[in-house]
Amino acid sequence: MTEPKKVVEIKNLDLTFNKGKKGANKAINNVSLDIYEGETFGLVGESGSGKTTIGRAILKLYDNFITGGEILFEGKDVRNLKGSELREYRSEAQMIFQDPQASLNGRMRVKDIVAEGLDANGLVKTKAERDARVLELLRLVGLNDDHLTRYPHEFSGGQRQRIGIARALAVKPKFVVADEPISALDVSIQAQVVNLMRDIQAKENLTYLFIAHDLSMVKYISDRIGVMHWGKILEVGTSEQVYNHPIHPYTKSLLSSIPSPDPISERQRTPIVYDPTAELDGQEREMREITPGHFVFSTEAEAEVYKKNATL
Amino acid sequence: MAEEKVLEVKNLHVNFHTYAGDVKAIRNVSFDLEKGQTLAIVGESGSGKSVTTKTLMGLNAKNAEIPEGELLFKGRNLLDLKEEEWQKIRGNEISMIFQDPMTSLDPTMRIGKQIAEPLLKHNKGMSKADAMKRALELMQQVGIPDAEVHINDYPHQWSGGMRQRAVIAIALAADPEILIADEPTTALDVTIQAQIMHMMAELQERINSSIVFITHDLGVVAGFAHKVAVMYAGEIVEYGTVEEIFYNPQHPYTWGLLDSMPTVDSSVDRLVSIPGTPPDLLNPPKGDAFAARNKFALAIDFEEEPPYFEVSPTHFAKTWLLDPRAPKVTPSDNILARWKRWEELKGDK
Repeated sequence: MTEPKKVVEIKNLDLTFNKGKKGANKAINNVSLDIYEGETFGLVGESGSGKTTIGRAILKLYDNFITGGEILFEGKDVRNLKGSELREYRSEAQMIFQDPQASLNGRMRVKDIVAEGLDANGLVKTKAERDARVLELLRLVGLNDDHLTRYPHEFSGGQRQRIGIARALAVKPKFVVADEPISALDVSIQAQVVNLMRDIQAKENLTYLFIAHDLSMVKYISDRIGVMHWGKILEVGTSEQVYNHPIHPYTKSLLSSIPSPDPISERQRTPIVYDPTAELDGQEREMREITPGHFVFSTEAEAEVYKKNATL
Repeated sequence: MAEEKVLEVKNLHVNFHTYAGDVKAIRNVSFDLEKGQTLAIVGESGSGKSVTTKTLMGLNAKNAEIPEGELLFKGRNLLDLKEEEWQKIRGNEISMIFQDPMTSLDPTMRIGKQIAEPLLKHNKGMSKADAMKRALELMQQVGIPDAEVHINDYPHQWSGGMRQRAVIAIALAADPEILIADEPTTALDVTIQAQIMHMMAELQERINSSIVFITHDLGVVAGFAHKVAVMYAGEIVEYGTVEEIFYNPQHPYTWGLLDSMPTVDSSVDRLVSIPGTPPDLLNPPKGDAFAARNKFALAIDFEEEPPYFEVSPTHFAKTWLLDPRAPKVTPSDNILARWKRWEELKGDK
């Protein structure tokens, strides 16, 4: 079996905001991560854990804050891209934002919002071609020609998020960072958007980095999952491994906190409280493979215990 | 056993005057709140759940009009109150926890002082020192560690979860009989949410207050509520005990809500979503407001509004599917599994 192709490789990334100043904040601490072609990698963790920062760093939004390590896209360091390579990267990697209200220009018509990337990259030559491509994109996300000349405020939250998705897809990206794309939406609409994202992924062979704090939705959409806490990744594995066989105590605590729509089991559920002091004991920890493909941030001794428990 | 009713809402209607016409935000809503119990109001944005709670607090915008309805609290109809009378009730007998702890706290005022403020306001003659002492007790009650040290902090020095605890402490300051919590954990992480919900349940038991809990997250409702009202397009479409709503749901909208939640232990291939969007309440559709999104809709749904059908003395649903003449429909496997559970539960009793 050939090794699946890596689209994004993050190697020992360190990122610090306000470096050298008062309030310096090490947002990302020695994070390594691979994202394979065609997969959805889910990144979960509490607010402030650094998940959004990683997504933005991949898209070169935080180049000046990176203090160590590298981010490779298809083997090339994204910070060294220049000229045509850089332009290409800007269309190959796209982002879907959390708040569809804030991320769409309220004074632009939908067709101009969606076409902005096409215009900027010179992907369409004639007006007819532009209109045709925009309509194709809107249809892909379940909107139609009536919507072309409307403004964002005329849409519901779920429809606006579809426009954001159409805009991201306009430039034919290979890789999309979806930063909490559904957390501003109602439950019934969340399912619509997630199903749409999955359909499009299959059709366009996209790779997603899906950032969320809603653990049940992440499990549903992701092939592999990384759990973040305090700027570090504590556990990485397939969806099945992380959800059904969690190893790190923080992951266990997160999973035990998810409420489920079942009154009887809910009343018996007691969330496990995570004690983070173990993270601060100063011992050397790194990502160690416990079972094939399942990595946990641990000391050598901890890893031995995890391995023993995993084979039981 | 007859429960003591703290609040009765009867046939409430709320309209908003706008340039385009009257938006009928609440249409004929009735429910009771019982002593020491939690009523959850569940629905999507625009379903009217927040307008309902604002009406309970007398906080509706100026363009709101209440053409019909009663809010009975201690034998009085709250809708007849003047603003000065409202001020005696608000924050005292009925208080509210807002969704976003950052915007509901004053960023320029020390937290201890903010907690003491309602105490001083509602208890003429209480000294500042006593109010601060009580504020400290409240901070300890809501689980703020080292409260003595942090009583003089400002909100920005605290995390979201801690701030929400402060908001809860303010709401509890006057030992309210009714606590209205509008999405109190939506802005918080799942681990913090679990802690806050646990704490609220404990406090409720201790002070025996009644809670109206507004949310769109059915998961949180399951563990916390006694009664559930499901709202859609300004109406309550299904109302029952928490077991009835989760194990014996009858309204297709409730089915849709339950189906669109992925559960961690299920491994479904595709999420079931409710197609379409809620109707425009400027011109509510003829017939059943949910008909256009309902795959089980009958011809009559587009013509005539369904009445409330009684499923049990505590359980009502507003859908023609419960009419004896309606054809039997088969909901999703998820709902069928819930019904099966309901049969087992009934068998155990």
